Amino acid sequence: MVEFELVSPEKLLMSQSVRMVVVPGAEGQLGVLEGHAPMIVTVLPGVIDVYADDMATITRRIFVAGGFCEVTGTRVTVLAEEALELDALRAQDRAGLEKQLSDLREDLDDAKSDAERKTLEGRVAVLQAKLEVQGLH
Amino acid sequence: MPSLKDIRNKIASVKSTQKITSAMKLVAASKLRRAQEQAEAGRPFAERMGRMLSSLAANVAGGAGGPRLMAGTGSDRVHLLVVMTGDRGLCGGFNSTVVREARRTILRLQGEGKTVKLLTVGRKGRDLLRREFPSLIVANFEDMGRKRLSFAEADKVANKILELFDAGEFDVATMIYNKFKSAITQVVTLQQIVPFAPAAGTVDAVGSVGLQDGAKAVYEFEPSEERILADLLPRNLAIQIYSALLESAASFYGAQMTAMDNATRNAGEMIKKYTLIYNRTRQAAITKELIEIISGAEAV
Repeated sequence: MVEFELVSPEKLLMSQSVRMVVVPGAEGQLGVLEGHAPMIVTVLPGVIDVYADDMATITRRIFVAGGFCEVTGTRVTVLAEEALELDALRAQDRAGLEKQLSDLREDLDDAKSDAERKTLEGRVAVLQAKLEVQGLH
Repeated sequence: MPSLKDIRNKIASVKSTQKITSAMKLVAASKLRRAQEQAEAGRPFAERMGRMLSSLAANVAGGAGGPRLMAGTGSDRVHLLVVMTGDRGLCGGFNSTVVREARRTILRLQGEGKTVKLLTVGRKGRDLLRREFPSLIVANFEDMGRKRLSFAEADKVANKILELFDAGEFDVATMIYNKFKSAITQVVTLQQIVPFAPAAGTVDAVGSVGLQDGAKAVYEFEPSEERILADLLPRNLAIQIYSALLESAASFYGAQMTAMDNATRNAGEMIKKYTLIYNRTRQAAITKELIEIISGAEAV
């Protein structure tokens, strides 16, 4: 079992002992079991899957808007800036998200500084991931 | 000699002031509790990020090769002071102590021949500093966390600072804010945020949590440690600002609570004093009237 922690800047969202978690890492999905080699990984916008003890059923699916993940032999810590249950995300209005995305794209075209462009690009990536995930079943 | 009516009016007005201050005290107390809870809730993230940063920093050799947010620009000519105050007054020395410290720091740095720029958070600090150093203020944020301070708001401040840094506007950034000790004590704190140095003290405290399994382990990094560090440092800046803002908010309500408590007590004393004067004057008037009646009767 590994201790899985999901932390946002505003609070500790989740802390529980799990068999396996799959994290959307920068270089591909990363499944973590007990005894994993220590790693620090950048997390992309996507879904974290928490697996039940039989390693086949997924008990929780949580969407994160990117962040960082620290893995040690006994612990997985995900620092995410935004996180919500996949069901809550599915319940969101798809058209609204699409509207937000197109608004953001417009803002991106108008962006003046590099810094502004960079933050907007980040937000676009998050929204795209949200839409992508919403389409999945 | 004030008339009876004057004194009565005075008492009534002090009483209504007292009502307001005691209500404000209660409001501040409940907001303080909320702010403290929020600061508490934000701690795990900051702690874990500190832990990650220290293990990263240990792997990436510091010095000139490291990211600029950590290694600095190689100069310390231009200083940016991030001054955090409240938006409102009626909170005792809360705003003025921060501003006083800011003023002292500005004068000291200027005395050393450095250029100083100011970024103010909170209306009061801006107003007070604008009087003396109108040309130094480069940016101002106000109405932060009117209801509840969100991380997004701290992120806005962080982005502004990063933007200034990328534009080469400053070399060193320092925050000046009130750190929450207790409802009665707030400590004005100077904290350097750019370039970021994983402070030995805090890292030790944080690192010891992970010692059993983490700190000694050799980490793998995906992508490279430089890339992760380059991503992590701006995030860390936002976190530092977020927690400073939370501290400042908690301090503000603490200071306000104390100030309003004092005001309520002073009003109570004043009411006591005026009631005494009122009764004396009333008795004096009665005595005077009696004397008049008696001496009138004697004369007849």
